[in-house]
Amino acid sequence: MSGATLAVGFVPLVDAAPLIVAQEMGFASEEGIELDLQRAASWSQVRDMLVLGRVEAAHMLSPVPVAMALGLGGMATPLSAVSVLSVNGDVIGVSGAVAERMRAAGYRFDFADATAAGRALIAAARGRLRLGVPFPFSMHSELIYYWLSALGLPAPQEVDIRTVPPPLMARAIAADEIDAFCVGEPWGSIAVETGVGELLLPGNAIWAFAPEKVLAVRTDWAEDAPVLLGQLMRAVWRAGRWLGQPDSHTVASEILARSEYLDMPAEVIDRAMTGRLTISASGGERHVPGFVEFHRGAANFPWRSQAAWIARQLAARTGLDRDEAARLARQVFRTDLYRRMLRDTGAELPGASEKLEGAVETDIAVASVSGRLFLRRDRFFDGRIFDPSAPD
Amino acid sequence: MSTRLSIVVVEMDRERALLIVDSLREAGDYDIHVIGEVTGLARRITERNPDVVLIDVANPSRDMLEELALASGPLERPVAMFTDQSGAGLTKAAIEAGVSAYVVDGMRADRLKPVLDAAMARFHMFRQMRTELAATKRALEERKVIDRAKGLLMKARGLDEDAAYALLRKAAMDQNRKVAEVAEALVTAAGLLS
Repeated sequence: MSGATLAVGFVPLVDAAPLIVAQEMGFASEEGIELDLQRAASWSQVRDMLVLGRVEAAHMLSPVPVAMALGLGGMATPLSAVSVLSVNGDVIGVSGAVAERMRAAGYRFDFADATAAGRALIAAARGRLRLGVPFPFSMHSELIYYWLSALGLPAPQEVDIRTVPPPLMARAIAADEIDAFCVGEPWGSIAVETGVGELLLPGNAIWAFAPEKVLAVRTDWAEDAPVLLGQLMRAVWRAGRWLGQPDSHTVASEILARSEYLDMPAEVIDRAMTGRLTISASGGERHVPGFVEFHRGAANFPWRSQAAWIARQLAARTGLDRDEAARLARQVFRTDLYRRMLRDTGAELPGASEKLEGAVETDIAVASVSGRLFLRRDRFFDGRIFDPSAPD
Repeated sequence: MSTRLSIVVVEMDRERALLIVDSLREAGDYDIHVIGEVTGLARRITERNPDVVLIDVANPSRDMLEELALASGPLERPVAMFTDQSGAGLTKAAIEAGVSAYVVDGMRADRLKPVLDAAMARFHMFRQMRTELAATKRALEERKVIDRAKGLLMKARGLDEDAAYALLRKAAMDQNRKVAEVAEALVTAAGLLS
């Protein structure tokens, strides 16, 4: 099987790292494959490339394959999320004007307390709060909806959530089209660098262990080409393990910075990698451990309970049947393929395919095949716990 | 059937937009409107309420249009990208050509096809122009490097211009490489040694 080349689509973001690293650091060639990485300008483009067979696999927002299974959005080809590429890694930011009002009202930008930050933001709004997110089906939207609803601001009725492509986010704030945004790095830092916005919270302040991007393939391709799929999954998993080591951050940032990938200064990319974010143009820095997670805590395992959570959120908002949505979504997150393809790699394989979401306060050991799996803190900011078997 | 199809073209480049409009005019009698601004894209389109939206596949603003697919709930999608999977062949051809079309649900393929054919032909031409431009640029770069390599050889070996080029060409043929590659290697090596 050596010499096979797999076309893989990605959107230029820090969390495309596992795919880029799999190719650049030789994890793909160790498996006897090459990755032909194709950069896309938008999430709709990467989805179309995958659906229409231009690429075999893609870097994808975790809610996209779920939404497609529910019949939301344009395309209807069944996709499988075979692993989670990254957990967390988003930031929430506000415009300079909103930051000013929040500060005047006594809010101190601690970059940690989601309840205080959300109340201050709601209080600072003039009229309906306008928020930019990169895509209608994204963890960004889900976090924003969850956060504001839990604080008593009924979303989507009372907020105006707009789709703004990440590269245009800073411009949308500068043009006063939005008051706040939720976006993946490095675009939050770019808004800070260009002086138009300030960072309010890291995404993990809302949900401490949110599946952000997945490795997505066409479900029929997964069945037709299991050998290639296994090679791809192992290469990407090893890339994630490498990225999880603090020593790798500098090299990873340098690779991602190249013109064919993110085409941005390595220093800005490094902020997300190390979790040391500059939150305002005046240079305030905050350290967020686990800002983006590529490996630890079985981060790559596609928990079916995560898919069910996403599906219920989407269904509640669009008026679909929630139980049916959760049932369909569970089939999209392929714990079966994950177990099969990563069996001999040393990957942590949990005994269960679902778990309570939001129940882990501090890291705990749970049953796994190797017996040494630690789950990491995964709390929701409001302390709610999502039980996939008794959801409401 | 008597009503004219309304088409919105999203294109920031004015020249390109005009060319697309021209080819659509040739293809049929349509009500065409161009949006050249990213700001408030979804709102602008909703206001026009067109039957078809045409936009470059690689345009980052495309994601803003996905919102429209959700605007009135999943059960009565007013706008979707090629809602109808029966047009899969057409969809694929369009995407290959670099055009994405958002189409009102329930539009018949025979009404859409001439629109897409015209748009696809135009987009193909844009791609050709891009490729040609890139090729021309590369040729110019290569000429510059070959000229510098010739200059180096003329100075170091006391050759005239034709002899210097002949030497480069021979080296290239012996090594089964392009003249530009040999020239590049020579220029790089000379830079390191000087």
